[in-house]
Amino acid sequence: MTLKEQQDEIIEEFSVFDDWMDKYNYLIDLSKDLKEIDPKYKTQQYLIEGCQSKVWLFAEMDNEEIKYYADSDAIITKGIAALLVRVLSGQKPADILNNELYFLDKIGLQQNLSPTRSNGLLAMVKQMKLYAIAYKAKMGN
Amino acid sequence: MLNLDIQKIRKDFPILNQQIYNKPLVYFDNGATTQKPQIVIDEESKIYSQENSNIHRGVHYLSEQLTQRYEDARKTVQKFINAPHDHEIILTSGTTESINTIAYSFGEKYVNEGDEIIISTLEHHANIVPWQMLCERKKAVLKVIPINDKGELLLDEYQKLISPKTKIVAVNQVSNALGTVNDVKKIIEIAHKNDIPVLIDGAQSVQHNVVDVQDLDCDFFVFSGHKLYGPNGIGVIYGKEKFLNEMPPYMTGGEMIKKVTFEKTTFNELPFKFEAGTPNYVAAIGLATAIDYIQELGLENIAAYEKELLDYATEKLESIEGLRIIGTAANKVCAISFILENIHHFDAGMVIDKMGIAVRTGHHCAEPLMDRFNIEGTLRASFAFYNTKEEIDKLYDAILTVKQMFG
Repeated sequence: MTLKEQQDEIIEEFSVFDDWMDKYNYLIDLSKDLKEIDPKYKTQQYLIEGCQSKVWLFAEMDNEEIKYYADSDAIITKGIAALLVRVLSGQKPADILNNELYFLDKIGLQQNLSPTRSNGLLAMVKQMKLYAIAYKAKMGN
Repeated sequence: MLNLDIQKIRKDFPILNQQIYNKPLVYFDNGATTQKPQIVIDEESKIYSQENSNIHRGVHYLSEQLTQRYEDARKTVQKFINAPHDHEIILTSGTTESINTIAYSFGEKYVNEGDEIIISTLEHHANIVPWQMLCERKKAVLKVIPINDKGELLLDEYQKLISPKTKIVAVNQVSNALGTVNDVKKIIEIAHKNDIPVLIDGAQSVQHNVVDVQDLDCDFFVFSGHKLYGPNGIGVIYGKEKFLNEMPPYMTGGEMIKKVTFEKTTFNELPFKFEAGTPNYVAAIGLATAIDYIQELGLENIAAYEKELLDYATEKLESIEGLRIIGTAANKVCAISFILENIHHFDAGMVIDKMGIAVRTGHHCAEPLMDRFNIEGTLRASFAFYNTKEEIDKLYDAILTVKQMFG
């Protein structure tokens, strides 16, 4: 699935919820489905520290595609991290860099990426893109 | 017997009458900032629409009128905390600027290499970092009064920290994160026996209880307007004349000078020496209006009702399984910090928010204190006299929902 298709699918899934609690319950479910990050990457080196919650992020290159692994100590943050992983993981670095992330806005979770919401998610997106820049440069060589 | 008509009081605060996520707003973040009564909002608006003019310099009508009102506001603050003289009241932008001013100016005058400064584990970052910076500048040493597991200062340990090198003690009267009321009178008494001055951070105390700086005999007392139902951008330093006269100014510029030549500048008298530049006279007058408002309600009445709210909320929250209150001091104001077993405070806060309830989550600008309890943060519900027991019931229900969702 392309990055755009992944985003549109998530928007479709969230369109059935008209209540915040339903959205959060769904994020809680998603957090449980997020593929476990290898404990060896749950260290200071891979920690993105927010003021409120922590996010761990690791990435690796697999056949010209980036695979992301994430975790968080807060469940809602982890649920949103799961969505970001679903959209960006398995994509090519160039696609990650050239596509806009619009789904969080469409499903009403954009506030979680505002600079004042210091849950580590904004820094996580930045870090995901940095991985993409780094792998793209590596591929260019 | 309740002497306050809460439903009538609530009508004075227009912000309270609104829906958040289609639910009536429950505002329990009063420790961060309090809401403003209409009378304060109107006063500020009236000044801008009818009375505005820069103060202290003009010879014209508007300037003279507003200068008088600004100086009257200073007198209102003076009487509010029972300071001996109005020139001992310095108006600042808030508690943070107040403490920075004192830490800098006091430090310049009295603190040297090897000297010691005492603060406490309960302090807000605003009463830690300015002293830390001073210690770095002067190669002085910061000492910290420890607490017990209830969140109370250990006064015996405090006594042991005092040495001939101690230059100042700076502690809060009420902990913002836990609500602990500290026995500052005792702390001051102990310091004074050793000729050490004391700064009291009153940011979380003036809105809950009567403060009398002469009775306390503190050397400095600081607080903010916005936590006292007044406007943002205004704060107070009360300082004993003796110190304020000896201390150099923190900021320099207009207003605070007596005479300026390119060779030498002499400074104005108190309080102007510490009020460089155009002061926030609009907020100062707004603060005086807020003080008049709460004095009309009566701080004794406010304290009695808030105690009722605290007792009710404590009992209610304690009954929830897996909820642990952080800060169980014998003497508290109406703020409750708590954690939920196996539930991240951020998750809980996100859900409680969606129920229309404003609580604070995180470390409350008191990271060393969170470290002391070995936690990363708490949820904090801090009440004011416009809150009700029905609202506390809503918080209780919201916590049960959180437990159900994340448990």
